Amino acid sequence: MARSLSLLRARAPLAAINNKDPQSMFVYILKRVLATIPVMVIVAIFVFLLLRLTPGDPAAILAGDAATPAQIERIRDRLGLNDPLLVQFFTWIGQLLRGDMGTSLLSNTPVSGMVASRLGPTINIALMTIVISVALAVPMGVIAAWRHRTWVDFLVMAFSVLGFSVPVFVIGYILIQIFAIDLRWVPVQGYKDPSEGLGAFFSRAILPSLTLATIYIALIARMTRASMLEVLGEDYIRTARAKGVRENTLLFRHALRNAAVPILTIIGTGFALLISGVVVTESVFNIPGIGRLTVDAILARDYPVIQAMILLTAGIYVFVNLLVDISYSFFDPRIRY
Amino acid sequence: MTDAPQSRHSAFQVLTGVFSLPAGARIGIGPMIAAALLIAIVLASILAPLYVPFDPLKMNSSARLSPPTDDFLLGTDQFGRDTFSRVMTGGRISLLIGVGAALVSVIIGLLIGLVAGFFRIADSIIMRIMDSLMAMPAILLAIALVALNGPSLTSVIMAITIPEIPRVVRLVRSVVLSAREEPYVEAAIALGSSMPKILLRHLMPNTFAPLIVQGTYICASAILLEAILSFLGAGVSTEIPTWGNIMAEGRTYFQIKPGLIFWPGLLLSLCILAINLLGDTARDMLDPRLKKREG
Amino acid sequence: MLSLRNLTKNPSGLAAALLAGTAMLVPGAMSAQEKENVITAVMHSPLRVLDPIITTAHITRDHGYMVYDVLTAVDDTFTPQPQMADWEISDDNLVYTFTLRDGLTFHDGAPVTGEDVVASLKRWGDRDSGGQLIFDVTESLEATDDKTIVWTLSEPFGPMLDVISKQSAVPPFIMPARIAATSPDETITEYIGSGPFVFNTDEYEPGVSVTYEKFDEYVPRDEPASWMAGGKVVNVDKVIWTAMPDAVTAVNALGAGEIDYIEMSQMDLIPLMESNPDVVVETRDKLGYVTIGRPNHMQPPFDNKLVRQAAMAALDQKSVLETMQGSEEYYNVCGAIFGCSTPLGDEADSELLTGGANIEKAKALLEEAGYDGTPIVLMAPTDVVTLVNQPVVAAQALREAGFTVDMQSMDWQSVVQRRPNQGPVDEGGWHIFFTNWMVPEISDPLINVMVNGRGDDAWFGWPDDPKIEELRADFIAATDDATRKEVAVEIQKHVMDNVNYIMLGEYITPQARRTAIENILPSPVPVFWNVTKKME
Repeated sequence: MARSLSLLRARAPLAAINNKDPQSMFVYILKRVLATIPVMVIVAIFVFLLLRLTPGDPAAILAGDAATPAQIERIRDRLGLNDPLLVQFFTWIGQLLRGDMGTSLLSNTPVSGMVASRLGPTINIALMTIVISVALAVPMGVIAAWRHRTWVDFLVMAFSVLGFSVPVFVIGYILIQIFAIDLRWVPVQGYKDPSEGLGAFFSRAILPSLTLATIYIALIARMTRASMLEVLGEDYIRTARAKGVRENTLLFRHALRNAAVPILTIIGTGFALLISGVVVTESVFNIPGIGRLTVDAILARDYPVIQAMILLTAGIYVFVNLLVDISYSFFDPRIRY
Repeated sequence: MTDAPQSRHSAFQVLTGVFSLPAGARIGIGPMIAAALLIAIVLASILAPLYVPFDPLKMNSSARLSPPTDDFLLGTDQFGRDTFSRVMTGGRISLLIGVGAALVSVIIGLLIGLVAGFFRIADSIIMRIMDSLMAMPAILLAIALVALNGPSLTSVIMAITIPEIPRVVRLVRSVVLSAREEPYVEAAIALGSSMPKILLRHLMPNTFAPLIVQGTYICASAILLEAILSFLGAGVSTEIPTWGNIMAEGRTYFQIKPGLIFWPGLLLSLCILAINLLGDTARDMLDPRLKKREG
Repeated sequence: MLSLRNLTKNPSGLAAALLAGTAMLVPGAMSAQEKENVITAVMHSPLRVLDPIITTAHITRDHGYMVYDVLTAVDDTFTPQPQMADWEISDDNLVYTFTLRDGLTFHDGAPVTGEDVVASLKRWGDRDSGGQLIFDVTESLEATDDKTIVWTLSEPFGPMLDVISKQSAVPPFIMPARIAATSPDETITEYIGSGPFVFNTDEYEPGVSVTYEKFDEYVPRDEPASWMAGGKVVNVDKVIWTAMPDAVTAVNALGAGEIDYIEMSQMDLIPLMESNPDVVVETRDKLGYVTIGRPNHMQPPFDNKLVRQAAMAALDQKSVLETMQGSEEYYNVCGAIFGCSTPLGDEADSELLTGGANIEKAKALLEEAGYDGTPIVLMAPTDVVTLVNQPVVAAQALREAGFTVDMQSMDWQSVVQRRPNQGPVDEGGWHIFFTNWMVPEISDPLINVMVNGRGDDAWFGWPDDPKIEELRADFIAATDDATRKEVAVEIQKHVMDNVNYIMLGEYITPQARRTAIENILPSPVPVFWNVTKKME
């Protein structure tokens, strides 16, 4: 996708840091970590302001349908919602710096606990999705590039464009109908932690992961194909081919290795896409993950939960992309820090 | 920045297809079909009010969830509204959201990107803000923004647009950064041309080609995102039919009346398919590195 | 074993292998729960607030009935019956003496004492509108010993026991005194009651699932269970409430036996469930709900009685209910503001509502009122299934009658937030919104907040209606049922004329259960005593 291409280009200056000193790798990582601080601060300010400007009153929601305005006002006072904005903001930041994510206004339970119990399902499903996607999409993309402009290429491209074109919830419903209702191979919904048995986990996680994987497969297959095409056009590949290197070796050892950087990038940036898919699949498959937690919190204006969740997902996004950046050096011999 | 796209095509060239195409890169049959399909869908949607048999909001409580009949070509929904009329009319709004989101994000992104690419001081601040925007999950940001402004058409378009802007900014900035190293730009600076003139006359045209490609993708993803927002209850009001909210309202009836999801879903998917395919074609034509292989 | 290399070579094999592998493992996964008798239920909404006094939310009230017990409770004839306590009333109707029965224990092992009861009643009295009325005339409320509570009034309060026995929205649940000492504006943080189920703190995930375990020390009354009264005999080990954001998912899960019970099933999904021989769809609560429209009496044009009457004439109960419910089996055209099957309900003067839309009459009334086409701001929630349809149908009907309608869609929480705004529309105000009530919540003039006519202090919509306040005072003063009924009919007629709110009819939401679940108590509040589950 062009969106990923543009990102890739924005990242390219890394390649320019052509320093052979191994210490500079550490310096580079440190710089990158430090660079995330202003990003997170801006996210925090942005989220806080966004929420306080949103119509919605957690106190009214807490009090229920028959409460009088006076009762609601008393609850607002108790929750500290009548304090000046600056006071509220710094109270929150102060809490964060002490490692305290605050307390849910509605359920009066610590946000950290809610997040802890909800993070597992989302991460497990996301990991499974990435494994499935990479396992399917990379070979698809390689084959499509190898057989460029043949029906194989056409099929792969058609599938990957289709993966982008169908809304996630439709894919989810179709998979449920086929595999859970008609064939009865797996349960319709729910989530079990791997610690409760791998069978129970996989049987429930497989459909949501496949659902999410459709977008991801589309994305990775396209990117793999594009960068393979690029690499296959390079002189050294032509030379290798002319020298009689086996086609398999050529594709998977030489070309794919060099095409790995953009593929990795897409896995990193695709993470944002994964999050939006997660929000939907969690509700279709009834998975108690962070996506649902956040949407529920937004609809209920549970400020501390929303703030913590957006900050957290932003943090994860930044972290994943940091990892991706660092892992470039393992795949692309041209990049040195 | 050394790795930016090298495209030098003007918007005019892209739109008219007047390129010096390499011998091997002919426009295939696929993009032709896609273009025809897209034109058909767009025309059918724009002209919907002229030919649909019913007001898409007209309710008929005695004909709820009717199967397809002579009156109701595709049946009715849970309010007894005609699905055919709603799907065709809904296309207009969905396309409007797609095109609107693409235009707004491209224009705003272009302006910010030009500034960031050209003025070093502004650059680091703008890019930090863009990084932050990009780090926030688009869908959650969009839901929050819709909750903020209510589910009006404008607020849904804005909610879809804002998370897209940073990507456009990055694209524009990288093009500008590489273009300003070009001799003719340096010459213009040396000759003392005014800043706006350099930006607008020399730098901006370089961004058109990649932006058009980017715009098509934003358009496609906006149409899809609208459907997802509707599914999550943060879409356009039910009084304005869109493919997205028709599907979202129809999902309860997935097993009883699959048509409520199938028909809008089919048009939506075909439409996105066509837009993406055309975007790919444009990109392939504009990307010189791919041409090398063809040639 | 499949190696990674094989998988990458043969990608299509992966999905197949995973699917096949997991399919074999499913039956094994089911066996873990076999030892315990567990009911897994999907309730109408996820549970997020655990304090049954601070909020009027139904799901929290339902949670309250699991964990807590009440002093007195109504049976299926709306008659107060002893639950935790018996009572005696002095001859002058001023002194109520409650005596706790034996064997009442909190979940932490402490006995229930008079002190606990007094503290709980006081906290409740601060929150509940009915409770506030009693405390307005309370001289003293004290525990004279561990088992005795004496409540002394300064003047007789006819419906005293009815209010204390109210089943919705905020019943006076009894908690330990230390917990009841929490400010009524703050949620409690310890969840200990003396009810038939123990709340499992560790397994509680707000908005996702909550687990209740049978409280072994609970001593049920000997009488058979009838609504909230009688013996609460628990026949299962555990009840799990799990939230399902998607109605289709819940129905599929019930069909596949992954859950046992759906409290409220979406109407249009009923045929899907009825086709499954293992699932029963039935009506639990015969009283059901009412759906209503509430105009804003403070802002033009609805400050004009004629315009309100025009709106009432334009609306047609049948088309609203048909759209909501789909089948006549599940709704009831009803013009009685206190409900059609309640002791005080009466349909006097309601032909305009029940006889179908009268567009001509509406137009005439608008003409007479001199309506100038001011757009009516109608708040339409998008995310509450039971409230989505009414605004859409109403907007259409009002337009036909000549109203200019500005239907503004928003999530329910935005409605809740905007509703208290008394100002004009351009300052964030509104003209009309729709909501639903359980019939027991509107069944008499003290419980029904919509007939409060105290202007600013009234419920959202703020009718300043001295006439109805007089009638309500008459109702409190009335000492016998016949007089009360007479007053109630007067109030009905007055509301039909003044259009304090628009009654849009009664509806029922059927429940769905696996056939293994039996003996569900037919009460307005979904309860899990009495229920049995056949073990396979």
